[in-house]
Amino acid sequence: MIEVSGVSKSYGKTLVVDGVTLSLPKGGLTSIIGPNGAGKSTLMSMIARLLPMDAGSVVVDGLDVTNVSGDVLARRLSILRQDNHLTARLTVTDLVTFGRYPYSKGRPTLEDRDHVERAIDYLGLADLRHRFLDELSGGQRQRAFVAMVLCQDTDYMLFDEPLNNLDISHSVSMMKLLRDSARDLGKTVVMVLHDINFASCYSDHIVVMRDGRLFLQGTPTDIVRQEILSEIYGTEFRVHELDGNRIATFY
Amino acid sequence: MPLKFFLPALLLTVILAFVSLFVGVRDVSPLDLFAGAADQRDLMVLVASRVPRTVALVLAGSGMAIAGTIMQMLARNRFVEPSTAGTVESAGLGMLTVLLIAPDMPVIAKMLVAAAFSMAGTALFLSILRAIPLRSILMVPLVGIMLGGMISAVTTFFAYRFDLLQSMGAWASGDFSVVLRGRYEILWVAFALTIAAYVAADRFTVAGMGEDFSSNLGLNYRKVMALGLVIVSMVTACVVVTAGVVPFLGLIVPNVVSMIMGDNLRRSLPWIGLCGAALVLVCDIIGRIINAPFEIPVGAVLGIVGSLFFLYLLIGRRNRVA
Ligand SMILES: Nc1ncnc2c1ncn2[C@@H]1O[C@H](COP(=O)(O)OP(=O)(O)OP(=O)(O)O)[C@@H](O)[C@H]1O
Ligand SMILES: [Mg+2]
Repeated sequence: MIEVSGVSKSYGKTLVVDGVTLSLPKGGLTSIIGPNGAGKSTLMSMIARLLPMDAGSVVVDGLDVTNVSGDVLARRLSILRQDNHLTARLTVTDLVTFGRYPYSKGRPTLEDRDHVERAIDYLGLADLRHRFLDELSGGQRQRAFVAMVLCQDTDYMLFDEPLNNLDISHSVSMMKLLRDSARDLGKTVVMVLHDINFASCYSDHIVVMRDGRLFLQGTPTDIVRQEILSEIYGTEFRVHELDGNRIATFY
Repeated sequence: MPLKFFLPALLLTVILAFVSLFVGVRDVSPLDLFAGAADQRDLMVLVASRVPRTVALVLAGSGMAIAGTIMQMLARNRFVEPSTAGTVESAGLGMLTVLLIAPDMPVIAKMLVAAAFSMAGTALFLSILRAIPLRSILMVPLVGIMLGGMISAVTTFFAYRFDLLQSMGAWASGDFSVVLRGRYEILWVAFALTIAAYVAADRFTVAGMGEDFSSNLGLNYRKVMALGLVIVSMVTACVVVTAGVVPFLGLIVPNVVSMIMGDNLRRSLPWIGLCGAALVLVCDIIGRIINAPFEIPVGAVLGIVGSLFFLYLLIGRRNRVA
């Protein structure tokens, strides 16, 4: 379980995350949605101890992320940020193999190699595995980063907009992959999404942030509603029931 | 790493080292040596001057190339190396301080003082980088060169005031002709540090992916930064104390190796060390034969080769992810 209590962050005088208290149960897929600048990425970075918080605490399975050694947490929780730019020139295989760093410290065992192979396979990177990251398209690179995080094989996986740069077919298979790892392997997946319909169809739980605050949370049925979405985004929405899913249109 | 390429490259470097042993004002012939016909003076030259010089070249070359690589991983910028980050100039300031305060210090103490100064200078450089919010790729070496310029201005000022410009001038351009037995052994410290760098290679690669990736993978970024800082500063100080500034080596070699085989240091560091040694050997041999019997210091030869390469990097790689 991830317990976020009273977490705040400000830059200068602007409070960008304002006393968020939230608990994310173990297992399942949670989506965080909300307008640009709502503080989603900031909150996620604080949960994963990439960013120090000004107030509050985050506890993951009883471990306080600000105190626990980075090494221990790296085997429990992993994160992929929204923008990733590497200056180091690594091949896809190198990158994915570094996902095993918390376990192998750079000396991958046979078991580590298995994890790498599986992750590369899941994300359809077999043909690209010897390419350097700076020789890939944006979507291919994004898949390589996701493969690295999968390879880290932690109980909790946080993804900030994992569908960045992905085409529709890859978006669908990425969502399926992450949902299946939550369902079949008992992983806890938390992701920031902008696509309401992906959030609606694949999440067990949706968290809405607005203006640095926790605005609402609930199941897709609770959240994906005309009046709620319109209020969150200030845009007209229509919500339809299609094949048992709630689909929002907004054109 | 494909061993089938590495071994020939190693052999080539050994041949270069061998050539380097037998190039010089006094003609020492390898044939005489093996036939046992070499006279006592030839042997003296070989043992007291040629062997130390070649060993020093190899150690300094591989050390500076590896120090450059580590700097590039820590600063996450392709254009930095000890001579574009204030490291070398700070070591110079340290040397001057020693000359002023305790000129009779043993070499190891001189090196440690120089290392302390270069560590402080490099740490200053890295903290300036942290403080600059939008660091464009070219800003980084510019900041380093400016910082280096400021530090060497201070050095020059005091050297001038205390009439030490001459002695400071001697190390400004790396010159291995001054290397003699008993005056280069400190470079073995640099060698030990490059071995340490290889042991920690994966940590440096992860650090090169940035602070966020490092934290995510459970690497203590600050510790690795500190370790890298120590290695870079000590290696630079060792080289500066024995032979003077060997510029651009840490820029050329890591960049070429990275273009060919990427930045997974576990794989590339042996190549970087080897190519660094080979390049200094070549430049030193060129410096010795081009204007014989006079010598052009290796620093000057590398300066020319290096500036051309720096230009090439700036122009040729403009449209790549640098
Ligand atoms: N380093 C920073 N310095 C100052 N302000 C910042 C900084 N990082 C983020 N902010 C501000 O904090 C607020 C929240 O940013 P955050 O990245 O968390 O938003 P987000 O919800 O992830 O938005 P998006 O959907 O665009 O990714 C924004 O208003 C942003 O301008
Ligand atoms: Mg964001």
